[in-house]
Order: sequence, then structure tokens, then C-alpha cells
Amino acid sequence: MKIERTALTFWERLYLPAVIAGLKVTLRHFLRRKVTMQYPEERWVVPTGYRGAPYLVKDQEGRVKCVSCQLCEFVCPPKAIKILPPGPAVDPATGNVEKRPREFEINMLRCIFCGYCQEVCPEEAIFLMKDYSLTGKSRQEMVYGLEKLLELGGTHLDSIQKWKHK
Amino acid sequence: MFEWMNQLTEAQSLVVFSLVKIGVVLATVMLMISYAVVAERRICAFIQDRIGPNRVGPWGLLQPFADGLKSFLKEDFVPGHVRKVYFWLAPAAAMLPGLLTVAVIPFGSNLGGQKMVIADLNVGILYTFGIVSLGVYGIVLAGYAANSKYPFLGGIRSSAQMISYEVAMGLSVIPVFMLAGDLNLSRVIELQTGGWFGWLVFKLPLSFFLFVIAGFAETNRLPFDLPEAENELVGGYNTEYSSIKFALFFMGEYANMIMLSAMTVTLFLGGWTLPFAGLDRPATTLTVGLLHIGIFLAKVIALVCFMIWVRWMLPRFRFDQLMDLGWRRMIPVGLANIVIYAVILWMRA
Repeated sequence: MKIERTALTFWERLYLPAVIAGLKVTLRHFLRRKVTMQYPEERWVVPTGYRGAPYLVKDQEGRVKCVSCQLCEFVCPPKAIKILPPGPAVDPATGNVEKRPREFEINMLRCIFCGYCQEVCPEEAIFLMKDYSLTGKSRQEMVYGLEKLLELGGTHLDSIQKWKHK
Repeated sequence: MFEWMNQLTEAQSLVVFSLVKIGVVLATVMLMISYAVVAERRICAFIQDRIGPNRVGPWGLLQPFADGLKSFLKEDFVPGHVRKVYFWLAPAAAMLPGLLTVAVIPFGSNLGGQKMVIADLNVGILYTFGIVSLGVYGIVLAGYAANSKYPFLGGIRSSAQMISYEVAMGLSVIPVFMLAGDLNLSRVIELQTGGWFGWLVFKLPLSFFLFVIAGFAETNRLPFDLPEAENELVGGYNTEYSSIKFALFFMGEYANMIMLSAMTVTLFLGGWTLPFAGLDRPATTLTVGLLHIGIFLAKVIALVCFMIWVRWMLPRFRFDQLMDLGWRRMIPVGLANIVIYAVILWMRA
């Protein structure tokens, strides 16, 4: 198809209409609301189902849900998880029925947030949560231990409640 | 306290007050340069729907000090392949012309019996053009000294561009001096006093237009920033420079912008005058004297902001378009402009 070019008028050929239009556009943008997010103070609200850092959860009664089966350690692609299985004896206060980990470490520098640990966990004890920017001043600080993971994970409202009626 | 002032001989007072004026004006210009950089970044950000640097100090107002400190502390690296003498000379050559031009610009009327101009030269405008044409050396030297191809291309482009647009710039101001009958810039301001339409921008709109466009080209601002052309020439003529030497080129560009704005204000926008409330007569009191300086600075700042605004609006010319516009459009129009005003003045006489 051949498109006819309309001849420019003298006024248009002066280049000025384009310049004036450009000034208008830039002025409009100058006055527009800005899109910048002031990052450390403001943060994105991530949607439900976002896969951030994996943390351990407790059930409604405050029991550690992890039974240290080591499936997550096994499945973890970057080998970020390290578990010491023989946990301490059953704590009568929580009435934990099964064994639990003595130490559970996730190296957040290695973790790739893939979610395999959550997928493989038979006890629904580990979940990818909403944290996406983890910072620390040393490598050691970025290895999260059992206490920290449980604290960050919080309580998971589980509908099954495996040990309630035993 | 000020008695010693009256006891000075004429020569002594000239020296003393000139030095004071030079000091104050230089400090002001440097401050304006540093804040022009901030203005550039903030205006650019706002036009692009961003916020821009706002972390150093309130509203990011201390940013220039952080920038300055950074450029001083960076390693002053000299690549092995450069031509050393020119490499060291170029940043100074780029910075100086911008600062030298300020000498002849009347930035106020009077302040306690002193004329607010460093050197009230009879050939002010010729001096300005002489100095401005030196500006190209900094860039050409930098391009040559870098001894690598992109800076060299930038330097070559720049010399071609500045030489062509200087002609157009010179032609555009000739009608101003035909009207004023004098090359002294203070006289040009006197000419623009009285009445709402006394400013030469109303009397010589075409001259104003040509002068501003040629000025954009002379200061290497978009749409004429071919010497830099970041996306084509890596960094342009200053690719090989770092740290404070780079900062000097950068400051030179802003110094030139400020000087161009000051020239435009002096020649076409009435200098330190405003056409009402008697603000177009030389000041008799200190307050009015300061007010005149304020008016002049406000006009200059407004123009600098306009130049920044235009930078973030227009795309760059292609090199042949640039040459075409310079030689085949602006120079003929400038010549015609001179002839037209010459005829008008002749008819009136």
C-alpha cells in the first residue's frame, strides 16, 4: 500500500509546533503524580501465595510441627537446609508426640525460594512466606537457626490438627 | 568602620572592589553551577515521573556537596594511552571560558556607589564572543588528548558544531547593537528600560530566537549535544576522564549554560530591570540594589530551568541535520534579520 504524505505547512516545517507540543507533554508529566516508591520506608505489599523466604511454623497449640524427617534437606536444590535429627526428648508441656529437630538451619544466602521444601513436607511444617529482602551484616547472620525460623514463621492455623485427639 | 573606604585612591578602590566583586560573583556562580546540577536531576526525574535525588539533606538540597566530595575522593586516573599535557590542560580549558564571560555581564545596577559589573568594557559583546569561541578548545583538546576513537569523534563533532553556530550567534546579536549603537552591555540594558515592551525580545523576536537556538548549540545542550551523545559515543569527548577532571567538564557545561542565560537576559530580557515600580532605574538605595541583583538572578535561573526542561523534551539531531540547520537555515535567516533591521533603522532615521 502506498501512503500519501501530506505536505507540511510552513508553520509545521518551522519545527515549532512539535517543540510546543513536546513542552506541553513534558509539563504534564512534570506535574503528574510520581511513581517512585521510597524503598526502605515503603515496600511492596506482596500478594497471597507469594513465595518468599521459607520459615518453620508451629500449630495452634504451640508445638513444633517439624518431625525432622529430612525430606526438605534431601530435596533442597541448593543444599541450603541442614537438619540435626535427634531432637530433645518429648516436652511434656507441649506434649509433642513425635520427634523433632535438634537444630534446623536454612542458609538464606543459598536458598533460591523454589518452594520444594514446602511441597515435599509431609507435616506441612515449612512454608514460603512473604519476606523477600533479607539482609544481614555477615554470612553467619544469614544462616537462620531453629529458633529464628520458628519465630519468623509463627503459628499456622491448621485444619487437620494431627495430634489433638491422640 | 567603613571610613577606610573613602581614604582609598581611585586605583586602590578599583582593585579592592574588583577583587571583592570577583570573589562574590565566582562564589555565586559556583554555587549556581552545583545547584544547576541538582535542578537538572530533579527536573529530569519529575519529567520522567520519578522523584530524583532526595536523600542528602532536606529535599536533597545537600546533594551537590555529596557529589563534590565524591568527585574529589575518587581516584584521579590517567589512562596510559593519553597525551598527558593536553589531557591535563583540557578540563581547565573547558571550565575557564564559562567563568571568564561573567566579567562583562551587569548583574545589578548599583550597590553603594559601585556599579554591579566586574568590568564595564566598551566592547563587552566582542569580549564575550572571543571567550565563548575559546570554549571549543577544551572539548577538542579533550577529544584529541584521549587518543581513542569515541572521544576523538566527539571532539571533531563539537568543533564543527561550535564553529558553525558561533557564526549564527554572532549574526543574531548584530541587530541588538545596531539598535543600541554601542557594544557595551550596560548600554544595552539602558536601552531596554521604560515601558512594558521595552525588552529587546519584543523588538527583535527573531534575533532572540536565533540567539537562544545558537546558544543551545554552543553550550552543547540537547538537541545539540552531539559532542557527548552518550548512546553513540560511549561518553563523548570526556570518555577517558574520571574524578575531578570529569567534574570540571561537567561544571564547565553548567557554567556555560549559566553564562548563556545571563547573556540572554542581558541582551533580550532587560537584564536587572523590571518594567514597573521604577525598578528599571539604577538603584539609589541598598535595598533596591540588592533587589536588582535578585531580579537578574531570578531571570537567569528561570532560563536555566527552561534549558533543562528542553533537554528532557527534545531528541538529538542527526549530524547532517545539525549542519544543515546551522549553515543553510540559521545563517541566511540571521543575515536577512540584519538586513531587515538595517532597512528599518535607515527608514526611521
